[in-house]
Amino acid sequence: MNVKHFIEDKLLIFEVNEEIDHHTSERIRKRADYEIERFMPKKVIFDFKKVNFMDSAGIGLIIGRYKLTNSFGGELELVNVSNKLRRVFEMSGILKIIPITQNFSNEKTG
Amino acid sequence: MEFASKSANEAFARVSVAAFVSQLDPTIEEIADIKTSVSEAVTNAIIHAYPNKDGVVKVRALLYEDEIEVEVSDTGEGIENIEEAREPLYTTKGNLERSGMGFTIMENFMDELKVESIVGLGTKVTMSKKINKALQKNTY
Repeated sequence: MNVKHFIEDKLLIFEVNEEIDHHTSERIRKRADYEIERFMPKKVIFDFKKVNFMDSAGIGLIIGRYKLTNSFGGELELVNVSNKLRRVFEMSGILKIIPITQNFSNEKTG
Repeated sequence: MEFASKSANEAFARVSVAAFVSQLDPTIEEIADIKTSVSEAVTNAIIHAYPNKDGVVKVRALLYEDEIEVEVSDTGEGIENIEEAREPLYTTKGNLERSGMGFTIMENFMDELKVESIVGLGTKVTMSKKINKALQKNTY
């Protein structure tokens, strides 16, 4: 997972670049929590552009990070979620509280 | 196939079943549904059947003309209340951040799901899915 910090904006971007299941989610969770806790971002973005598989472990992962980010008063957003992944998220209803943005580019310009 | 109940084997299990079903020429979406469902069933076996020890998870896949059947079984702890376990959001592993959506996903992504379990003896999950529904519709 690549982590990008945008200090001025208090923005944290996690670019996940592996399949998300019970096995991998634990590592992703530890890294994400470490970054969120020390950076206390106003906004956390999970970029799923490079994720070609996710099962329900992804739901738990996102709900957990949503709660943690919220506890610091921050927001969480999901970007570049493929239809495949969206179908898994939709099962859980979390998309009612967590927004998705498509075609997001984190190569910040200007 | 049989493998140790280690979480690293989740990917191996779903990829193997996906490779097997590819003979039926499924759509990308059908493959994704099957992979996700197998991943859920195998993860359940690893987490719930053998919580404190290693055990063996067995995956059996059968192909019919236009259908795949996958059986995931273990000889672990078993499920006391299957109905409750199948409820959306029901989880006994909240501490592991499990969402309780495993069975719901299997139910929705496959056509049929059967769960059999005997406490102390193990659990068997059998699920099946018709392949290439769209293609058949065009043919007839």
